[in-house]
Amino acid sequence: METPVYPAHNYLSNGHTLRSWLLTKDHKRIAVLYLISISAFFFLGGLFAVGIRLELTTPQGDLFQPDTYNKFFTLHGVIMVFLFLIPSVPAVLGNFLIPPMIGAKDLAFPRINLLSWYLYIIGGLFTLFAIVAGGVDTGWTFYTPYSATSSSSNVAPVALGVFIAGFSSILTGLNFIVTIHRMRAPGLHWFKLPLFVWAHYATSLIQVLGTPVIAITIVMLFVERAFGFGIFDPQRGGDPVLFQHLFWFYSHPAVYIMILPALGVISELVSTFSRKRIFGYSFVAFSSLAIAVFGFIVWAHHMFVAGISVYAAMVFSFLSFSVAIPSAVKVFNWAATMYRGSISFEAPMLYVYGFFGLFLIGGLTGLFLATLGTDIHLHDTYFVVAHFHYIMVGGAIMGYLGGLHFWWPKIFGRMYSEFWSRIAAILVFVGFNLTFFPQFLLGYLGMPRRYHMYPDEFQVLNVLSSAGASILGLGYLIPVIYFAWSLKYGEVAGNNPWGASGLEWRTQSPPLTENFTEVPTDIPEAYEYTPKVVREAKLV
Amino acid sequence: MSNGNAHAEGASPAHGHDHAHAHHPALQHHFDTMSQQREAGVLGMWVFLLTEVLFFGGLFFAYAIYRSWYYDAFAAASASIEILPGLINTVVLIGSSLTMALSVRAAQTNQRKATVNWLIATIILGTVFLGIKVYEYADKFAHNHVPGASFQFAHVPAPGEPHVEEPAAGHVTTMGHDEIERTTQIFFSLYFTMTGLHAVHMIVGIVILFIITWMAHKGRFDSEWHAPVEMTGLYWHFVDIVWIFLFPLLYLVERHN
Repeated sequence: METPVYPAHNYLSNGHTLRSWLLTKDHKRIAVLYLISISAFFFLGGLFAVGIRLELTTPQGDLFQPDTYNKFFTLHGVIMVFLFLIPSVPAVLGNFLIPPMIGAKDLAFPRINLLSWYLYIIGGLFTLFAIVAGGVDTGWTFYTPYSATSSSSNVAPVALGVFIAGFSSILTGLNFIVTIHRMRAPGLHWFKLPLFVWAHYATSLIQVLGTPVIAITIVMLFVERAFGFGIFDPQRGGDPVLFQHLFWFYSHPAVYIMILPALGVISELVSTFSRKRIFGYSFVAFSSLAIAVFGFIVWAHHMFVAGISVYAAMVFSFLSFSVAIPSAVKVFNWAATMYRGSISFEAPMLYVYGFFGLFLIGGLTGLFLATLGTDIHLHDTYFVVAHFHYIMVGGAIMGYLGGLHFWWPKIFGRMYSEFWSRIAAILVFVGFNLTFFPQFLLGYLGMPRRYHMYPDEFQVLNVLSSAGASILGLGYLIPVIYFAWSLKYGEVAGNNPWGASGLEWRTQSPPLTENFTEVPTDIPEAYEYTPKVVREAKLV
Repeated sequence: MSNGNAHAEGASPAHGHDHAHAHHPALQHHFDTMSQQREAGVLGMWVFLLTEVLFFGGLFFAYAIYRSWYYDAFAAASASIEILPGLINTVVLIGSSLTMALSVRAAQTNQRKATVNWLIATIILGTVFLGIKVYEYADKFAHNHVPGASFQFAHVPAPGEPHVEEPAAGHVTTMGHDEIERTTQIFFSLYFTMTGLHAVHMIVGIVILFIITWMAHKGRFDSEWHAPVEMTGLYWHFVDIVWIFLFPLLYLVERHN
């Protein structure tokens, strides 16, 4: 076996000035810009979580004033949702990988791609400004009338930041849709596409159809706050529940913006590390679209206790259950893919195993909350907090980290420490469960969310949760070290270190600026892991 | 199932087809052919307009809810708006869509001078629209019809309308005088948000039109590449159509009486 050589010419070596990065139109460089910026926001959002968990180690409110605590959980939510989770997989991995996966030189609109990164940064700067100016205390949901009339914190800058970052998300989705339709290599038809691309296509549909609705909702909130208009003001006949409808019309599908790309990552990883073609390709592909469609008709399950009609609640409850079907289709197909496959335990695959457990628990507890009767008991308790962290952190971040570990050698051309990456994956899984499983119990026992004090009997579970959070934090910090280390000292990866079958693994690592020296023409079926192919790939 | 789609629709056509002659200077490096580039641009623009439909859609949704709840207030507030400026603006805007379409046509047929002239005509009509809008806004300020602390709305019952001081018990369908005055703020909040956002779109459109006119003047467009004119046209028609909905919803709630 030959030792691979780090290619002298690649997208990273194509210009070393700051200008060559900040004005780049190369989708791969923009992906790296996103990687750096979303990581920064991830650790900033994490700092607020540290504050929350520290406060909650004791039943008394002895670390923060109540107002400060409100600002901490608000900023944790705003940063993690709008500035980390929504861009995470699409803007980093999708941006980098969709063009090489479909044999294209770039996304359809490279300048719009760069524009969307700048919009993201401007949106982030608005949020940073609000933090410096004293924070915001409405919760990440900005519910009216509190956000519109009562709160004296920096609602407007944060709302504007979310508005601007929203356009970044819209433009990324638009770019992906057009790219997937119009830029595929000759012969690469839809059913040869990697499922990662299908998942991003479904995600992009939500970004394009859902995000404008929260944008206009923020406009309405803004004119109410800034000009004294009365769209949601009950004193003038306005309806605060209308705000909730409009907010969740986007923000429920937004959960699928976070999780669908991660599901796409899992499909790639399961197939690669089982050395088997994915089981039920077209079912997995269409289940992504089904999740995108169902995601738009379940929003009012966030509002069962907000005074909506009982008949509407029954319909939304029933529809919410339907999301479980395409989600289960995926999980069963992944399990069937692994069955009698040649399974291995590299770090990316460890994240997949972790993902299975967490996504399963997160998904099943969602059914508790979609059920009208149990939701009345569990609404606004820590049960809800635990549920959505299992999906959004356990699901989306595990997928993101798994994908990052899988494609890191493609992105930077070098391998990271195998030992430490496995340790980190296990720490994340253990730490995550220790943090959030006790919160299911706390919520079931009746501890409400968003309070900085609680009765003494909840302390044991809260201390467990805070202890878990410190393990989880360690699990997130270790990768920063070995990833940084790998950039200089890592073993040279070669084109295809995992013996994977996708088109992106045919080009060099890191790829050339144009991705391929010539447009690939002999497009294989997706996930062509026949024994012969696997044998030959291993020789690379 | 997996072989149902034998060719990749929309993927680049066979190589060699467009390579017989030199590349068009406007062809970007990551596209294979001008037609692929054009199709990508058109699809992108339509997807963008789809997001715009949902953007305005949130406001139309709020409008629909409140109109069904506070119909009497909406009818009274709408009746206080002068129809004539809105009507003139509707004609002006439809006219501007015509001139826009003619400039696209002129660009397609390599008529540089005509392209520029029709674009300038579009800019003029768009500006006239905004001018009339400013007059209308000033009128609202003068009558204290802008929502907020200084809002006032004196409801004058139309001839023949039963004058109800307080809502009669059991009559939930007829709104009382006070309630009408209170809830007209919702109508005017929506009026200003909807027409204001529409005006912002007009202003953005006019700025783009200036750029396009300059490019046309410099002779950048020909029958093979005039995508910016075409895209601006799509956008302009969209903004026009939004107004076609806004005009009846805001000006004509109960004019049939």
